[in-house]
Amino acid sequence: MGFFIETLIGGLMAGMLYSLVALGFVLIFKSSGVFNFAQGAMVLFAALAMARFSEWANHALGGDSLLLANLIAFVGAGLAMLFVAWAVERFVLRKLVNQEGATLLMVTLGITYVLEGVGQTIFGSEIYNIDVGMPKEPVMMLESMFEGGILINKEDFIAALIAAVLVGLLTLFFQKTPVGRALRAVADDHQAAQSIGIPLNRIWVIVWLVAGIVALVAGIIWGSKLGVQFSLATVALRALPVVILGGLTSVPGAIVGGLIIGVGEKLSEVYIGPMVGGGIEIWFAYVLALVFLLFRPQGLFGEKIINRV
Amino acid sequence: MLYRENGQFKTTYAADQQIFTIAQDRWFVIGVVAFAALIVPMLADEYMFRAILIPFLILSLAALGVNLLVGFCGQITLGAGAFMAVGAYAAYNFLIRIDGMPLVAALLLGGLTSAGMGILFGIPSLRVRGLYLAVATLAAQFFCDWAFLRIKWFTNDSSSGSVSVSELSMFGWVIDSPAEKYLFCLGFIVLFALIAANLTRATIGRQWMAIRDMDVAAEVIGIRPMYSKLSAFAVSSFFVGVAGALWGFVHLGSWEPAAFSVDRSFQLLFMVIIGGMGSILGSFFGAAFIVILPIFLNQFLPAIGSLVGITISTAAVSHAELIIFGSLIVFFLIVEPHGLARLWAIAKEKLRLWPFPH
Amino acid sequence: MSRKIGDVILDLQNISLRFGGVKALTDISFNIREHEVRAIIGPNGAGKSSMLNVINGVYHPQDGKIFYRGVERKKMEPHMAASTGIARTFQNIALFKGMSVLDNIMTGRTLKMKSNMLLQALWLGPAQKEEIEHRRKVEEIIDFLEIQHIRKTPVGRLPYGLQKRVDLGRALAMEPQILLLDEPMAGMNVEEKQDMCRFILDVNDQFGTTIVLIEHDMGVVMDISDRVVVLDYGKKIGDGLPDEVRASPEVIKAYLGAGH
Repeated sequence: MGFFIETLIGGLMAGMLYSLVALGFVLIFKSSGVFNFAQGAMVLFAALAMARFSEWANHALGGDSLLLANLIAFVGAGLAMLFVAWAVERFVLRKLVNQEGATLLMVTLGITYVLEGVGQTIFGSEIYNIDVGMPKEPVMMLESMFEGGILINKEDFIAALIAAVLVGLLTLFFQKTPVGRALRAVADDHQAAQSIGIPLNRIWVIVWLVAGIVALVAGIIWGSKLGVQFSLATVALRALPVVILGGLTSVPGAIVGGLIIGVGEKLSEVYIGPMVGGGIEIWFAYVLALVFLLFRPQGLFGEKIINRV
Repeated sequence: MLYRENGQFKTTYAADQQIFTIAQDRWFVIGVVAFAALIVPMLADEYMFRAILIPFLILSLAALGVNLLVGFCGQITLGAGAFMAVGAYAAYNFLIRIDGMPLVAALLLGGLTSAGMGILFGIPSLRVRGLYLAVATLAAQFFCDWAFLRIKWFTNDSSSGSVSVSELSMFGWVIDSPAEKYLFCLGFIVLFALIAANLTRATIGRQWMAIRDMDVAAEVIGIRPMYSKLSAFAVSSFFVGVAGALWGFVHLGSWEPAAFSVDRSFQLLFMVIIGGMGSILGSFFGAAFIVILPIFLNQFLPAIGSLVGITISTAAVSHAELIIFGSLIVFFLIVEPHGLARLWAIAKEKLRLWPFPH
Repeated sequence: MSRKIGDVILDLQNISLRFGGVKALTDISFNIREHEVRAIIGPNGAGKSSMLNVINGVYHPQDGKIFYRGVERKKMEPHMAASTGIARTFQNIALFKGMSVLDNIMTGRTLKMKSNMLLQALWLGPAQKEEIEHRRKVEEIIDFLEIQHIRKTPVGRLPYGLQKRVDLGRALAMEPQILLLDEPMAGMNVEEKQDMCRFILDVNDQFGTTIVLIEHDMGVVMDISDRVVVLDYGKKIGDGLPDEVRASPEVIKAYLGAGH
């Protein structure tokens, strides 16, 4: 029983990271109708920037203050994501207004390659560490309830907390600020929003920036746990089923979907995996999403699609 | 002046429905094929065959398959690599498990198996489209990656996980020199290109394009979406599967599942985008471009670097390759969604009027 | 006129259609007789297009029965409706933009082409013969609609009026029993409207095709239709000969507002 709960919690933690990546997808899709395949590359790019900026800043400061170095790096990486958002809007989105979804998807595949190439050219292609001073030691919990108790990383807890705060902030941002309102208007109807004077181009930069910051946070959490390397970009592929499951336009969907997929992956790997030779977690999520898709094409929380003629 | 269609009147509908309605086009293509079959084997060296010509031909075939689905039927796929894998492994199993199985039959059976898989993973396309479909095809990709790695039966319980085909022969012809392998592939690609051209000018091709352009209207005039989409998936997967089998048998000789990874799927999609969606010719352009560009960059970039006194590492070249590919994808989708094939068509249009453009 | 209006071919009884909580059609009954020109009119949002979508199976009404040639029709998909001889054109032209005029109209022959895919792949005898046979039919339609000069042009490049004509051509290629026309003359100038009216009446006259027409131009409706049904807010408020409908106080109220 203790083992089951440990697996469950491990799944929830992994799922939370998927949720963060999925959140980036949803933000961009809601406001610009772009299914941003490059979200994973953005996580990689942001994490690389964070890791290297932090390293450089730490070096420049003589290694005295890790906190300050990390702060500088965070701002620096944020600026890098702002630049990415600006460039994407200026050179890509602006020229593809009112294109079909599939075209936009393929464009983001192109953006993925560019980001991966540029990121590694500037920041290098080794494995880097992000050290934001997260506690690493595991703690035992609920020893009184189960034999052997449950082993949990403090780090995971803090990460979950950060993710929760981020989601809360985003919700506030969407619901309460004028920019958030404009974003929702744009999401409903590009042309109508433009016609009442909402600057579409600036909105897109903001959304991609927000998605970039989300990617940065995801990158930091992931990177501090497992190191920053190229494989981080493939996290987009892991998060795709999450978005399908949760619905492309739903923030709560991204969260819940991420948790379901995270738990589903871990449980299936632990309990079904050994029977079929292991390694099933990658496709299991996809098949789960696929089966779901057949019965409810709009996802858990998505809006129902009506075809008009 | 040579490229004119004046005076070529058609008196029958049959004449008007030919693949190349302009005589010069017809002769040009026949000329290219004759050149490829007769002259190229005399000119090319082994490196040319192995590194450029054979991969180009096989990937053209795969890109053609992907183009039938993406460019003609409008169904996006990110799982083409998986169908290459299915073709390769199925052909391998047919070859080693059935005594006296002829090579060509094994290749075609590999394609048919892939077609079956295509239908299976095409079923979601009846319910969903666009982005969702992309995810469904990725599911095929990851499932196949896993299956060929973990299910030992597919690899004939080989301990290393890689499989190999030792000798290729057909009707007593042993295909072992690079030139022979090249000709073998050329035969396939010419035949399949002809089939693709026939399909796209027949009623099935029109059904695919109708579904692509406006699926609701297509259904209203009596096109069954299920038949059209699944037939596109089947035919496309058949092409891609045969290409996969050729890739494994002829090009690689021995291979592992990694040869058909998701990167291969993206690469095939890029060939179609750069070459030209909805164009048979474009599939060849796209394949040529993507086969040649990395080779070109590997030769060219270090040379440029040494000119200005910088040594450019192979890592830097591969990063540059990513950037250039990515930029080109974005560029073509924005500026010329019909790719290189469209540029070719514009050039021909100009040539028709040359030297009197007005 | 030579044509003779026949029996009821399509009978709609108590049709109701809802999208979630929104009622698009409420309890509508009317019928269509063979060989007649039946107009559906009404203000914007009255449910006219929804009505056509119900007839050709794009939408499935929650309540009501549809009888086609006296037989109750089960729930059907658009392509099944097409195979029973119902064709339509679209309000916002729904042509296949990437294809030529000829290919667009050829798609209308899909249901009548039987050769299998293998024959098509190899372009063998029967497939080629079939292709030519249908090409001949399509050329007849092209002649009829006077669009010979643009047969190889991609439809995306055509002006609006011609696109509408190709849309009609594609529907005619199906040799339909019933032809549904959704605002075939919207956005046209007088000359184009006259052409379109002529084509519609010719189709009705020469092939005996039953026509169901949605149109806003009252002059056109009164001139060419045999009977008119009037919808307003998803309800039927009038049904009868053009003159009767024009005189109906309810119809006048719907069109001119309550003040009159």
